Amino acid sequence: MKEIKIKTRDLTLYYGPKMALNSISIEIPEKEVTAFIGPSGCGKSTFLRTLNRMNDLIPNVRITGEVLVDSLNIYDKQIDVVNLRKKVGMVFQKSNPFAKSIFENVAYGPRINGINNKTKLEEIVETSLKKAFIWEEVKDRLNDSAMALSGGQQQRMCIARTLAVEPEIILMDEPASALDPISTAKIEELIFELKKNYTIVIVTHNMQQAARVSDLTAFFYLGELIEFGKTKKIFTTPDKKHTEEYITGRFG
Amino acid sequence: MDKPVEKGKFVFTRESLKKKFRWSEFLSEKIITGVAFLSITIIVLIFVFVFKEALPIFNYKKKEAVKVEQVQKQEQYGGEADQGQTNSSGQEQYGVTTNDTMMIENQARAEDTIVHGSEQATFKSLAGKKWLPVSDNPRYGLVPLFVGTLKITLIAMLFAAPIAILAALFSASFAPYWMREIIKPAIELLAGFPSVVIGFFALMVMASFFQNIFGYDGRLNAFVGGVAMALAAIPIIFTITEDALTAVPRTYTEASLALGATRWQTALFVTLPAATPGIFAAILLGIGRVFGETMIALMATGNAALISVNPFESVRTLAATIGAEMAEVVFGDTHYNVLFLIGSLLFVFNFSLNALAEFYVKGKLVKRFQGKQS
Ligand SMILES: Nc1ncnc2c1ncn2[C@@H]1O[C@H](COP(=O)(O)OP(=O)(O)OP(=O)(O)O)[C@@H](O)[C@H]1O
Ligand SMILES: [Mg+2]
Repeated sequence: MKEIKIKTRDLTLYYGPKMALNSISIEIPEKEVTAFIGPSGCGKSTFLRTLNRMNDLIPNVRITGEVLVDSLNIYDKQIDVVNLRKKVGMVFQKSNPFAKSIFENVAYGPRINGINNKTKLEEIVETSLKKAFIWEEVKDRLNDSAMALSGGQQQRMCIARTLAVEPEIILMDEPASALDPISTAKIEELIFELKKNYTIVIVTHNMQQAARVSDLTAFFYLGELIEFGKTKKIFTTPDKKHTEEYITGRFG
Repeated sequence: MDKPVEKGKFVFTRESLKKKFRWSEFLSEKIITGVAFLSITIIVLIFVFVFKEALPIFNYKKKEAVKVEQVQKQEQYGGEADQGQTNSSGQEQYGVTTNDTMMIENQARAEDTIVHGSEQATFKSLAGKKWLPVSDNPRYGLVPLFVGTLKITLIAMLFAAPIAILAALFSASFAPYWMREIIKPAIELLAGFPSVVIGFFALMVMASFFQNIFGYDGRLNAFVGGVAMALAAIPIIFTITEDALTAVPRTYTEASLALGATRWQTALFVTLPAATPGIFAAILLGIGRVFGETMIALMATGNAALISVNPFESVRTLAATIGAEMAEVVFGDTHYNVLFLIGSLLFVFNFSLNALAEFYVKGKLVKRFQGKQS
């Protein structure tokens, strides 16, 4: 088994008075793809967003328990959220390019990190776009607005933008849910490629997708982690009845 | 098909799909259209009136006819002119700069003025450097008024724009939720602050305050007026900027933060640029506010029509000129027409500003969010 990259201990989260996550403990190994599945509203996104502290932005959120990334508790007062997010990147459900050129989108992360050298930036942009399998499609139009790209291209560009910051972990919240099958296939292929170098956590509603791309699968239900294990096992012989019902689609 | 129809329930039949005439719909539509047209018509008529009154300046012959009539009416207007005179000497109390002595002198000869005051204004004289509408040899040079207005606007914007935009940025990107709930309505309330109160404050407090700091001679000058105008413009710029900033999709902010940007970097490099069209519009509308502001200009600028770049010299703005002189002017007189011309110009400026704000913002936003390269 590979090293543990992310580990949570009794992680509980409240939105105001409402409990959204109930005592989640999980160990996510490095350089593998871990999929979160579960019915809508069960807390997958919420949990994913605790891993890079995006929930800090929401007022009235209360969190107890621990999240350890590389054995460091990221909710410790000493932790710098800004640096944490450089290490733990995120790709959102709806592609969210800035209203700038493709080049400027990808160069944004390096720029705010103080890289201003033009050649260096060009180099980073090119490698990032290549890693995200979109270089060929956009290399002649880097100065065009990113808004003019198709949805699938935008999403891959957003992945490139995340890669440009050189994170170690990439969190993806339903990255392909708004895309057509071909774009989805491209994203899946990309995920497969990326896991060689990155730890990937992906939320998906698509069972086939979870089965195809992930090594491990976690099933959430009503804010609780019901079952977590090797994807193969979860999809063939799950321990819990709930899990089986959900995966086979016999779920209320 | 003969099922009993429940009351209020829509049944999908050929009958129910027939076009029905709805009285209430028809009436309310007509009334709304009528009211809309009425209000538009009224506004248009006002503008037509303003323009029409300005027109005789450019029409010499008509002018002569008016003149004759005027001389006949002179006696009647005499009384009013006296009244105007007392009014304006009242004004001198705040316009205490030495520059105003000439005006006082002029007004002392107000009776002559009526006879001589109808000298023909041409483009050439309008472009003159002297605004002396009530002297033996009246001159209607608009240049000092333009210079004054621009000076005031510039000073006001130099103060108002940075303050308002920074405040909006703070409110939209940094302030905790509860604080924003206080700041925004509070500043919006300021927008409804009577400008006479701001003018009064400028006159009594700010003028002395700045005089102590900068040590200039005339208490009332462009600087004091400009800062007071800034107070009036800040709420407008703030509100519109804040709206523009909060309208920037949350996904932008999240994307930036997720890339490891700090809140300042996010606000500066993502939120602010995404909101530039709105901010531009806010500034234009702020300028419009300063342009048209009369009361503050009257009370705080000293009202001497000078041409200079010194911010501590007194100025006279276009709007203030109308405000100060319209009451004492003779109907149909050249002076009267020139004031209406100034009114028309103000209208054209503000109209252009608003149009520019509108079209620029629309065009930019469409481009920005639909992907045409900017
Ligand atoms: N900002 C918020 N404030 C209050 N409650 C929230 C907030 N965000 C989410 N919730 C609640 O927390 C619960 C979990 O939401 P979450 O978005 O994590 O679900 P999810 O599993 O990602 O669902 P989906 O599959 O539909 O994306 C839901 O009941 C939701 O209503
Ligand atoms: Mg979700």
